Amino acid sequence: MAGFFRSRLFLISLLVVVVAATLPLYVSGYVLGLLTVAYYFGVFAMAWDLLFGFAGEVNFGPTFLIGVGAYTAGILNNQYGWSVYLCIVLGALAAVVAGFVLALPALRVRGPYFGLTTLVAVLMLQNFVVVFADLTGGEIGLTIPDVITISANANYWIALGFMAVSAAILYGLSQSPLGLVLQASGQDPVQAGALGFNIVKHKLFAFIVSAFFSGLSGALLVFYFGTASVGTVIDVAVGVNVIVAAVLGGRRTVLGAALGAIFLIVAGEFLRPTGELATFIVSFVALLVVLFFPGGFLGAALSREARS
Amino acid sequence: MDANSSIPTLQVRSLVKRYGGLTAVKNISLDLHGGEILGLIGPNGSGKSTAMKSIMGIERPTGGEVIFEGENIAGLPAHKIARKGFGMVFQHSRPLNRQTVLENIMVALLPDSLLMLFPDKALTERAKWIAERVGLGAVMNRRPPTLPFADLRRLELAKAIARDPKVVLVDEPFAGLTLAEVGMFSELIRSFRDEGRAVLLVDHNVKSVAALVDRVLAMYLGEEIVTGRADEVMRNETVRRVYLGGAIETSARPETSFKDKVPALEVKDLSVFYGKAQALQDVSIHIHHGEFVSVVGLNGAGKTTLFNAISGFLPYSGDIVRDGAPLRGTSPARIAREGIVQCPESRELFGEMTVRENLDLGGQHLSDDARGKQLTWLFELFPILRERQDQLAQTLSGGEQQMLAIGRALMMQPKILILDEPTLGLAPVILEQLSKALEKLRQTTSITVLLGEQNVTFALPHADRVYVLEHARIVWEGDPGRFAAEAGEGYL
Repeated sequence: MAGFFRSRLFLISLLVVVVAATLPLYVSGYVLGLLTVAYYFGVFAMAWDLLFGFAGEVNFGPTFLIGVGAYTAGILNNQYGWSVYLCIVLGALAAVVAGFVLALPALRVRGPYFGLTTLVAVLMLQNFVVVFADLTGGEIGLTIPDVITISANANYWIALGFMAVSAAILYGLSQSPLGLVLQASGQDPVQAGALGFNIVKHKLFAFIVSAFFSGLSGALLVFYFGTASVGTVIDVAVGVNVIVAAVLGGRRTVLGAALGAIFLIVAGEFLRPTGELATFIVSFVALLVVLFFPGGFLGAALSREARS
Repeated sequence: MDANSSIPTLQVRSLVKRYGGLTAVKNISLDLHGGEILGLIGPNGSGKSTAMKSIMGIERPTGGEVIFEGENIAGLPAHKIARKGFGMVFQHSRPLNRQTVLENIMVALLPDSLLMLFPDKALTERAKWIAERVGLGAVMNRRPPTLPFADLRRLELAKAIARDPKVVLVDEPFAGLTLAEVGMFSELIRSFRDEGRAVLLVDHNVKSVAALVDRVLAMYLGEEIVTGRADEVMRNETVRRVYLGGAIETSARPETSFKDKVPALEVKDLSVFYGKAQALQDVSIHIHHGEFVSVVGLNGAGKTTLFNAISGFLPYSGDIVRDGAPLRGTSPARIAREGIVQCPESRELFGEMTVRENLDLGGQHLSDDARGKQLTWLFELFPILRERQDQLAQTLSGGEQQMLAIGRALMMQPKILILDEPTLGLAPVILEQLSKALEKLRQTTSITVLLGEQNVTFALPHADRVYVLEHARIVWEGDPGRFAAEAGEGYL
């Protein structure tokens, strides 16, 4: 662990965060707004990678966890006017509970069925939001009276700080003994079991951690947007973006996932002049990376190091 | 063996494992003392691996008791059994490739706790000691992808003994190792015994572990045949019959009776690697037009690899020549269409299609007329398939499925038919039916047959010539009548 603070990865990460923190001094509010959203997305993608990259479970419904966190926080604020911070914490906890309830039965089924279960959960949540429109704002979206702050700079720093702390925790976890056991369980569950590890317990734990960060990030995001809607935090397409970001950045790297998310959002915005084509181009790049560099941005670098 | 006087560390009583209607393990009982090595031996499909997995809790036993130090642990999940003092060495390893050898060993030492966030210094020391112990000292800071195959197997041993288990289960200890490596691994496993551990080995034949084990339990079709010292077991009549067959009547035609100038199929110096493990080493065989050739070898000897290379599924070095023309570069689909048809060990039936649909798929390239004729002929060979025509393939019994798999291959009108372990897991009664069908095939058609078998009783009677494949190499070639005398001993 001590070696880590002297490692190249740590120094580079630190440098990137410091440089990123100075951005409000010289870039426009528009760019800051874009990056703010990208950072929250980065946390979604990192939380997803903990499940896919380490526990070996494909969660097709990251937006189930994100959506539960976002809507719980939003509804509590909208209905009861509770403090923003309390709502955010409760949103994260709601995502944990929902994740637990979903994962406990889902982890008992094998192979692709886990993924299908999580996908169905998203559709159910989406349906719930639309049907109970009085509570949730339905298809129009939920208006959230309070915000954390209206300062673009402050919002940006909050998002950056949140992503940096989440990255440190998730990355640390992935490199800890616990992360090793998780990785072993994902790669060869039978052998991990024979080595004395309770696979379901470890995977459930990973799911809960993933749910916590997804929910927390979702809740923070709606208080930045000032609104919550199916299209921004629940829709399957949003979930697909999270997955693409994580795969693009590099499976089993955690930090790569954040890079992937920032790339996806920033690239999408840069390509905005191309109109409808933007999504196509970004998706095409993602497809190329998945086909030819399945390790992703960071994965390719890391595996080269592993072979040396 | 002073250990025999004490109470056994592990007592298995009437262990049963059923999968649906199939009973893989029937009433197996055994005693295993500390400081003793017991070999669990049986041909492929005999249930020995299932028995081991049931003891370890990877498979949940259907019945019986597994008593470890006085406590019945049958039915507990694997992770609980492991924590009680069991370690298992797996045949196939999937180490963590981004972690070092040392870190891989450390994983095995970690507690089953969600609170272990920082590595313990003492664990690192212990991991280092284990690495030295199994001979990985020089490479403990390297990552698994850079290691030779034998070192990866050492890593599996290291993980299994990491938490100082009282019982060590080893699945096919020598699979994929060279002769020199087998010697080193035997030493290691012996040292586990000398430390007082109880060791259970699973392997295919007595011979390969005879020098290592104290006692052997031989299994066949899920049941115990005999338990005893290796030499006693090798002399046992039933064991000899299972492995070598009883008095076999052979009906070989001498090789000189095949007058073709160019063999139908010729394999020259074939070598195949799976990653770092060599599956075939300079294998050369040839088959004449209309000949029936059996390749005999235990599971893991390389039979399936040989057949898959011929069918074009695997990259190889050396040559495979069909009627004088090399097959390299021809796609598997084309090889099959041109008449080399394989009926694979795993059968690969389309389970949710009917018997008739499976057969029609095999004969898809034929005209309706020709297909009809071929079907009529096939139904004479396997009358049961006619009755089962409208049934889904997955609802057939094992024997019927095998007949369907052969039938589907025959619908492709093969010139050379490759049969890979058709007897796998089948009851003796079914073997007789299959055997009759093969006899008929040989007498009434000109199809060249290449049969891969570990069941000698089944492989010899129809064969004109026999090759013995052992540890990736051809070790014997000859007339089936001479097999028992010349090659049989090495086969027990």
